[in-house]
Amino acid sequence: MIKNSDNMKKPLEIYVHIPFCIRKCAYCDFLSAPAEREVQEAYVEKLLEEIRRSEELSGEYNVQTVFFGGGTPSILKGEQICRIVEILRQQFVFLNDTEITVEVNPETADGEKFLQYHEAGVNRISFGLQSADDRELKLLGRIHTWEQFLESYSMARGAGFQNINIDLMSALPGQTAGNMRKTLEQVLTLLPEHISAYSLMIEEGTPFYGRYGEHPELLPSEDEERQMYYDIRDRLCADGYVRYEISNYARPGYECRHNLGYWERTDYRGYGLGAASLLDNVRYTNQTELSEYLKGSLKGTEERLDSRAVREEYFFLGLRKTEGVSPGMYREYYKELIEKLQVQQLLEEKKGRLCLTDRGVDVSNYVLAQFLN
Amino acid sequence: MAFVDQSKIRNFCIVAHIDHGKSTLADRIIEKTGLLTSREMQSQVLDNMDLERERGITIKAQTVRTVYRAQDGEEYIFNLIDTPGHVDFNYEVSRSLAACDGAILVVDAAQGIEAQTLANVYLALDHNLDVMPVINKIDLPSAEPQRVMDEIEDVIGIEAQDAPLISAKTGQNVDEVLEQIVKRIPAPGGSPDAPLQALIFDSVYDPYKGVIIFCRIKEGTVRKGTPIQMMATKAEADVVEVGYFGAGQFIPCEELSAGMVGYITGSIKNVKDTRVGDTVTDRSNPCTEPLPGYKKVQSMVYCGLYPADGAKYPDLRDALEKLQLNDAALQFEPETSIALGFGFRCGFLGLLHLEIIQERLEREYNLDLVTTAPGVIYRVHKSNGEMIELTNPSNLPDPSEIEYMEEPIVSAEIMVTTEFIGSIMELCQERRGIYLGMEYMEETRALLKYDLPLNEIIYDFFDALKSRSRGYASFDYDFKGYVQSELVKLDILINREEVDALSFIVHGASAYDRGRKMCEKLKDEIPRHLFEIPIQAAVGGKIIARETVKAMRKDVLAKCYGGDITRKRKLLEKQKEGKKRMRQIGNVEIPQKAFMSVLKLDDKK
Repeated sequence: MIKNSDNMKKPLEIYVHIPFCIRKCAYCDFLSAPAEREVQEAYVEKLLEEIRRSEELSGEYNVQTVFFGGGTPSILKGEQICRIVEILRQQFVFLNDTEITVEVNPETADGEKFLQYHEAGVNRISFGLQSADDRELKLLGRIHTWEQFLESYSMARGAGFQNINIDLMSALPGQTAGNMRKTLEQVLTLLPEHISAYSLMIEEGTPFYGRYGEHPELLPSEDEERQMYYDIRDRLCADGYVRYEISNYARPGYECRHNLGYWERTDYRGYGLGAASLLDNVRYTNQTELSEYLKGSLKGTEERLDSRAVREEYFFLGLRKTEGVSPGMYREYYKELIEKLQVQQLLEEKKGRLCLTDRGVDVSNYVLAQFLN
Repeated sequence: MAFVDQSKIRNFCIVAHIDHGKSTLADRIIEKTGLLTSREMQSQVLDNMDLERERGITIKAQTVRTVYRAQDGEEYIFNLIDTPGHVDFNYEVSRSLAACDGAILVVDAAQGIEAQTLANVYLALDHNLDVMPVINKIDLPSAEPQRVMDEIEDVIGIEAQDAPLISAKTGQNVDEVLEQIVKRIPAPGGSPDAPLQALIFDSVYDPYKGVIIFCRIKEGTVRKGTPIQMMATKAEADVVEVGYFGAGQFIPCEELSAGMVGYITGSIKNVKDTRVGDTVTDRSNPCTEPLPGYKKVQSMVYCGLYPADGAKYPDLRDALEKLQLNDAALQFEPETSIALGFGFRCGFLGLLHLEIIQERLEREYNLDLVTTAPGVIYRVHKSNGEMIELTNPSNLPDPSEIEYMEEPIVSAEIMVTTEFIGSIMELCQERRGIYLGMEYMEETRALLKYDLPLNEIIYDFFDALKSRSRGYASFDYDFKGYVQSELVKLDILINREEVDALSFIVHGASAYDRGRKMCEKLKDEIPRHLFEIPIQAAVGGKIIARETVKAMRKDVLAKCYGGDITRKRKLLEKQKEGKKRMRQIGNVEIPQKAFMSVLKLDDKK
């Protein structure tokens, strides 16, 4: 096999899943659970093994982004994260500006960890804050307070991080537009580069599902939820943030490149329990059973995406971005649909790109589903 | 069996209220007379269709011949004719009874006589049958056999003190029933040498033999080669085979002569030629008169049946044709609905018959159906003197052309314990019933007599009756005739478009109430769209009720990242799949079940 020179190689995103947390939050349906130190250590070993075993990728790809997600990646010791980054660097070619993000929960990171991350080349921190209101935090099952977050945040800044995201949640039980705005104002004083603001989704199998699944009246109404969404959007945009995806805001140039890659269908390789990969239009999902993963079994699922699935994903994912998608060669195929959605004022065309209107965002499931066969 | 001594034949049926144990007793009789070993018995041998077994009702008449060695040492041939057990099939019941010489009346030892029991007994007495009471379910802790025996004597006026006290379930005392059949049920009469006169009490279609006629030979003899004619339909055939009924099989024999029950085949292609109640005679030596009582079965209830998937229209037609081969009472003709596309307007004996056909189409033919609101046949008298029989509300002429309309009325008998008389009378009042009278059966039970419009009882009357009497009321009815009535057509508009398949005819006084309930129901059934959808009920263009399905405010996934693309995609696919199964009316998507919502308008609300 002829080895590609580095600048001929395709971009790759790497996702590393850390399925551990101190305590499961009441709304969380991610693959994550508390675990003993020893289990975490054994897990990291298997993770490193999995990375080492994927050397065939390094010939084809340059690593554009790395994202440590979870769970709570910051639950690991600083050295463990550093070691994973180090092995990745040994295995792959990184670009000069490779974006490396670690998700952090405020209660798990101290100044030392941030310094270690920074040292290892991590250049982006994503804080799971969710709310500035301690009562709301408690209700969500979060174990940190606003004060603890402030401390953690300033330590991250102190360690030299200049690209920080803060995750927020709206439409929480009992939350009012007023509470929401208060959280927002408090967060804005910190001048984060990036804010992800999600409306709470009630997922099956979570304690929240049990509590609210049958009682939507205990949650803010749809009108209130949308109002909060608009409030966030308008407030952030007024402050110079750009909404570049349905729930994501950034100062220009600070968009999360890793996540953009998902919506643009860049190839990605996921390492760890239940992690998903997309490589040459094949989607793999790793083993989701921790005990099996610890035995070295990756055995997951594999789905080859045909041209139809590729076309559909292109729209279904791409339209989540504010800049939308260029219909390009699919324009003919979706001609009628695009016209219909434009008449319904759910889709608009700007500079040759199709994007959701404000109303289109509100009912985006309806719009996106139209592109599925 | 070349010669059969008439005096050794017993032709009888079993009449009972639903659940009083008719089919179980039939099973025991078959088992005890040795036709089948108990190992071969599948419970309730006579209920052939899965549906019958499941619902615990008999839909088609079934017949079986067994041989019983009585205590007198003689062998007797028993022809047991199992009759359908529902008011929808009253006519079939009456023809089956006409084929018998006696009837076993099964009464539940705990529940006693019910309205349907009475109706069936009167029917049996009308046919001059000897009625032999049997008290069943004496193994129940709540059994009160003496009270029930007294009740039978008081209410029906037949001797009941020596009625066998049995448990058909355990087989207890069933032997006594067999002995009494020999002693109490008369042997048949008729002369084997007289001109042939045979009563058709059922017929089934067999793909190899053609129509198989179930009949009772009243006079004469029929054998292979006899040139026969059905006197009412004038259909002719030459007999290919005659025989009698084993358990679940046909056993050919030489000939059937007066007094016998059996079957005839003759390469007849269509059950419509062999109507229940018709008389079979010998063309070469015809009888002078047909047997009395024949009438053409009339459909009482109509509705539209549409395939959920329009492409299945030909399949639905084939399935209906096949069902009709065995069910002369099922009628259908093609119709078109703006909302539902191509389908059929179908006529049924009653709501149960409708449900059975619908279920059979869905199960046996794997069809997904949309059923429109069932209605009755209205008579529309136009100002130009013309009269139309209206089965589809959409065909109602313009009100300016209508002089007046008539609707069918039934005479109903409701048996109820005295404590519920008030609430049942209230129910009948609400359903526009005309009170005719009340008779006390005994101290605690009464028989209420009402004339009720048929269209008021075809939906949920039975359920309402049960719920208002805690299950104690029983009900039976008979078609009475047509009376003039203030009827209007209630239209439903969805997003300002009239949906033809949702229109129905209703009495003017209940139009507002029904319209309001219909709108409320539809509001729950129709999913939110991108726009607001008004749902309106209208009579003659005037809106009388309105509900609104609010516009969809929000339908958005806050997150979608690399790990959950597959799952999120499936979620959206599912959402879209649900829409595919809906009907598009204008730009509104309506779920199939919304069309049936009129059936589910609650009694109390």
